[in-house]
Order: sequence, then structure tokens, then C-alpha cells
Amino acid sequence: MTTLRNHAHGRDYSRRNALRFGGLSAAGLALAACGVQGAAPKQQTSSQALSAAQQFWKAQKPTKHVNFANWALYIDPSHDTLKQFTKATGITVTYSEVIQDDPSFFAKINPIIRAGQDTGYDIMVITDGLEFGELLQLGEVTPLDQSKLTNFYKYSGKAYQNRSYDPGNVYSVPWASGSTGIAWNPKYVKTPPTSINDLWNPAYAGHVGMMADPQEIANFGLFKLGIDPATSTEKDWKAAAAVLLTQKKLVRKYYDQGYIDALSKGETWITMAWSGDIFQQNLSSGTNLQFVVPKEGGTLWTDNMMIPKNAANPVAAMQLINWFYQPGIAAQLTEAIEYISPVPSVQAIIKAGAAKTAKPDDKKTLLEVADSSLVWLSADDYARLKSYVPINSKTSVTFNSIFQPVVAG
Amino acid sequence: MRRLRAAAVPYLLILPGGLWLVIFFVIPVIALISLSTQQGDVVDGFTQTFHFANYAAAWDNYHEQFVRSVLYGAIATLLCIALAYPMAYWIAFRGGARKSLYLFLILLPFFVSFVLRTVSWQYILGDNGLVLGPLKSSGVLPESFRILATGTAVVGGLTYNYLPFMVLPIYVALERVDFRLVEAAQDLYASRAVAFRRVVFPLSLPGMFAGVLLTFVPVAADYVNASLLGGTSNTMIGNIIQDEFLTAQDYPTGSALSFMLMAILLIGMFSYARILGTEEVLEVAAR
Repeated sequence: MTTLRNHAHGRDYSRRNALRFGGLSAAGLALAACGVQGAAPKQQTSSQALSAAQQFWKAQKPTKHVNFANWALYIDPSHDTLKQFTKATGITVTYSEVIQDDPSFFAKINPIIRAGQDTGYDIMVITDGLEFGELLQLGEVTPLDQSKLTNFYKYSGKAYQNRSYDPGNVYSVPWASGSTGIAWNPKYVKTPPTSINDLWNPAYAGHVGMMADPQEIANFGLFKLGIDPATSTEKDWKAAAAVLLTQKKLVRKYYDQGYIDALSKGETWITMAWSGDIFQQNLSSGTNLQFVVPKEGGTLWTDNMMIPKNAANPVAAMQLINWFYQPGIAAQLTEAIEYISPVPSVQAIIKAGAAKTAKPDDKKTLLEVADSSLVWLSADDYARLKSYVPINSKTSVTFNSIFQPVVAG
Repeated sequence: MRRLRAAAVPYLLILPGGLWLVIFFVIPVIALISLSTQQGDVVDGFTQTFHFANYAAAWDNYHEQFVRSVLYGAIATLLCIALAYPMAYWIAFRGGARKSLYLFLILLPFFVSFVLRTVSWQYILGDNGLVLGPLKSSGVLPESFRILATGTAVVGGLTYNYLPFMVLPIYVALERVDFRLVEAAQDLYASRAVAFRRVVFPLSLPGMFAGVLLTFVPVAADYVNASLLGGTSNTMIGNIIQDEFLTAQDYPTGSALSFMLMAILLIGMFSYARILGTEEVLEVAAR
């Protein structure tokens, strides 16, 4: 340290000059630095988008590889569905579980696509929330090649071909749907929870898990107050944030995908959870976790496959997307992930599979899936399940400023 | 010609490092400051409106986390000093021929990724993990006891992760102490304690000063420990900044918070240097 100081003293003039030089260039650059650029392209009408898409797809050459970005625990663990695809088409698949939640994945890819570069992914799976709308508004996804969606149009249910947030399936097709409800570990929670109030039960202080995603947690605050997220106002959001704050001293942590690990390790006893995760975790780790859609309401969401703009292998991506709508493949997926499949014939296929299989264990698992109330929701369930609060990039500023401090702690 | 070249030498020497700093430090900081007073959203972009209310709003919402970060930083830094000083002292004066081996051992954990080291704490301290599991099943601790998701875990993780940054500078300062000075003090009837207090300790202060700079600043801005080991009331300002950028898409608030953090740390460090400046430290040492 002493030698450093002496040097600086002896050569003071040059240091000052250097600083001056630095200051000058900084001032020049300040003019150029304008933070984040705006002026997103206006969203096209679907017919405009479709004709632009047709031109785009005409120019594309097929490739022999595809990169698939998905969430954790969201495919058959052996990747058999992908291996069969490679066998049938000769296209290799790199499957990466890189999506932890929508906001942070969006934050990662948005600057890359904006800079006109390839994200490294050809298919990504995005939930029907705020970021889905923003990707569309910003023109950061490639409209799908409708002519390649033959299986989708042939086998998927009508409701999945008419999704309000993407009319005409221009930019996306559904991967799976599921619900956000309450999961618990029966080792610690003796009376099965039925109500959202169980998450506010002081008996579980320090062992309650909540999700960090503002859209997820907002819905649970609103359910607790008996407010429908679809018609909720700013006043309702504030009330929901206030009621969530009263719960905070009981909450261990606001989780991303890590909630499932905390629940199986016994660190949380009762937690907000995604339906299929619980089943997959029980299957892969032998845990005995339980799940319920609370009587006040739960959240129904749909995750959708999209092709990010500037993707390197769009043709192969279309082939893989269409691949997943073959009833046989869709059934394999549903057996593994136990989320709601967009292909209704899956239930009959799984039942037939259960009838055929010789191993009693497999039979039991298959029947469990085929009869699961989480995968085949009743009309009563649908009545209780609501979508996220419909926010866009404008209202999200207010929305996040209300709910972000709850999660911040 | 030769004189011209000679005049250019200092600039040429400073050019690579200077350019590096301009591109990767000055430009981002200017962009940050500019962004912190803008308004807008991700889709329409952000425009400069000199909206200084961003700062007030950010402080209103998150002053608690600022205070907590400084507090955690201070506690972890003090713990680092308490742990590092005896260690550095022992290596410097009693390490003998194996000094470099001991230093290498201190640096050894750095060969494992920072995040992995912290994740391993999750396993060790887990509610039913290596330590607490047996204690709970034998009834020593109640079932609901936990260390994870508390301030203790966060401060512990911070101390652990930044300890070497305190050991090394203190070691360097102590290593340079001429042991004959201690012997001279003892010849002049100073007890061992007095010799330490009046001779060794003042001579090691510059090292400790550097150690505090190297630990306090990154500790106060750390977000990995709080997110992996902390719970709902241990969030540090680094986590908030990360969330503002990555979750809330509120770039102006994130920028305002980053700039405030930078300002607070700079002011803190300058006043610290003032109070216990290197200049004075050196004077004390020379006395």
C-alpha cells in the first residue's frame, strides 16, 4: 500500500491528466448513453402477421438440430419422447431445464432478442401471464408455421385451439396446463388443508412456503379476500398485498421452483405449489406430498410453446412442436408430468395402457394418472380456478410496485 | 521524436486499463445514473424525464433493506476480523517454513464455486440436515427449530465466504513486522500484551484497513447468501436490486437503488478512511 501511494504522489501530474482524459470521454459518452431504448414495433393484426409468417417460413431451410428450453420436472425423465423424435426424424434435440420462472427468463432473453441475436433456444415454454403478452407486443416471437401444425389441429381439444391471449394460435400452442394450489407434507400437517386460510395458520409459523412470482402471490391474496382476479382493481391489489403482509411472519421464504425441494426436505410444511410438480416429486423421490385446490379458489394457467425470434432452427422446432400432439406421445408426457394435456384422447390411451400392462406397480401408477382429479378437472374445479390478474406492461408497473415489496422482505 | 515518444509513454501505459474501466465501469455507471431518473415500461421503453421521485420512492419502499445490508455487512466484517486476526498472526509469526501451505489452505475453498459453497451450507444447516437432524431426533432441539432462513445463517455465510479477503491483507501487514521491534519493546520492560498493543497492532492497521475495504463493500452488496440462506426478513439490498431488474422489470427503481448503494458505500468508506485514514495509520505505525 505504501509503495502505491508514493508512486501516486511522485506522478501526480500524469494522474490528473489521465483523469481529465477519462472525464472527457465520459462526458462524450454520456450523450450517447440513453439507458434502455424504447419504441417497440406495434403489434401486428393476426392477418398481417400470418402473411408475414408465410413469407418468413418460405425462406427457411430445414436443419438437423433443435434446442428446447423448458421448466424443471416438465418432461418424461427418460426423455423417451425426444429420443423417439430423433429416431423418426434424424433431428437431434438439446433439452435444457433453464426456465426457473417467467420474469427472470424474460429478463434474460429480452435484451438478446432486442439486439437481433439468437437466444440459443428454438422452442421455449412461456406461461400465459404478463411476459407472454410482452413478448408478443415486442415482436420477439416468430409466428408459427400453421401448415406444420397438423397434429395440433387434429388431436388437441377445442378449448386449447381458442385461447383468449393468442387468438388463432398465431404465436403459440399449449404445452400443458395446471393449477396453483396448496401442497403439504402429511408428516407435519395432520389435518388436510382445504382452505386458503390454512396458509395463514400460526401453527405452521416459519414453515409456510409462498411463491415469489408477483402474479402467483397476488392471486392468493385476492382469493383470501374473495376477489376474482379477472375483475380486480388497484384498490383490491393493495388490500391483497396488505393481507399477504399479515402472513409474512409465518412465511419461511418466497420461493421460485425451489419450493418443491424445501417441501420434500421438510423445511416447509405447507406451501403454494403447482399441481403436477407434487406428483412428479412423489414419483421420483418417493415422498408422500399432497395437493389440493383450496375451496376459495386456485389459479389455472397454461404454458405455451413459442419460437423466439432469430432462432437458428425454426423448421426443426415446428416439427418437434407438432410431434408432441400425437396422442401416443402426449400420453407419455401426461403419464410423467401429470399436468393437464391439451390432447383429450390421452385419458383413454392411459387407461388402455393400464389395462394392458403386466406389472402391478405400473398399473397402479397409470390408473392413478388416468383417474387423477388434478389432470382431469371436474366442472366444479373449473368453476373455482381463475386466471392471473390481467396486467400489461403499463399496469404491471403499479401491480409490481404493490406486490414486489411483499416478496422483498 | 524521442521526446515525443517519452511524453506518450504514461498515456500508453494507462491506455489498456483506462479503456477497460471506461468501457466496463464508466459507461455502465453513466447509463445507470441516467436510467435512474427515467420513466416508462419495458414495451414502450424508458424516457428521460428527470423524475427524481424515483429515489424517494425507492428509499420509502426499501430503506429497511439498506439498513439491514449495512448492519449485516458491519457484523460480518467484525466477525471476519475476530476470526482472521489470530489466524493471520499465527501464520505470520509461528507459521515457520509452512507459511505458504497454510495460506494455500485458506484459499483452498476458493477453488470451489462461490454459489456451490453456499449451497453446501443449505445441506449442512438444513432443518433435518447433517447438524440439526440428529439433534432434533435426539430431542435436544424442538422440531420447529431452524438456522436456515434466519439472519444468523446469512451473516454466517457472509463471514465464511469473505474470510480470506480479511486474512490475506492482515497477514501481509503482520508478515512485514520486524520481530526485533517486539524484542526491543520487551527489553524496555513492555509486557507481551503491551508490546502487542503498542507495537504489533498499530503496525497491522494498514492491513486491517485494506481487509475492511475488501470485505465490507462486497458483503454489503452481496445477494447470494441472503437468497440461499435467508428467509423473508433477511433480504439484502442486492436481492432487491436483482428483483427490480429481473422480476419487476422496473429498471429506473433498480438503477436508483444501485446508485444509492454505491453512494452509501463510498461515503461510508471515505469517512472510515478519514477517521482511520491510511495516512494516520502509517503515522501511528511510525511512532
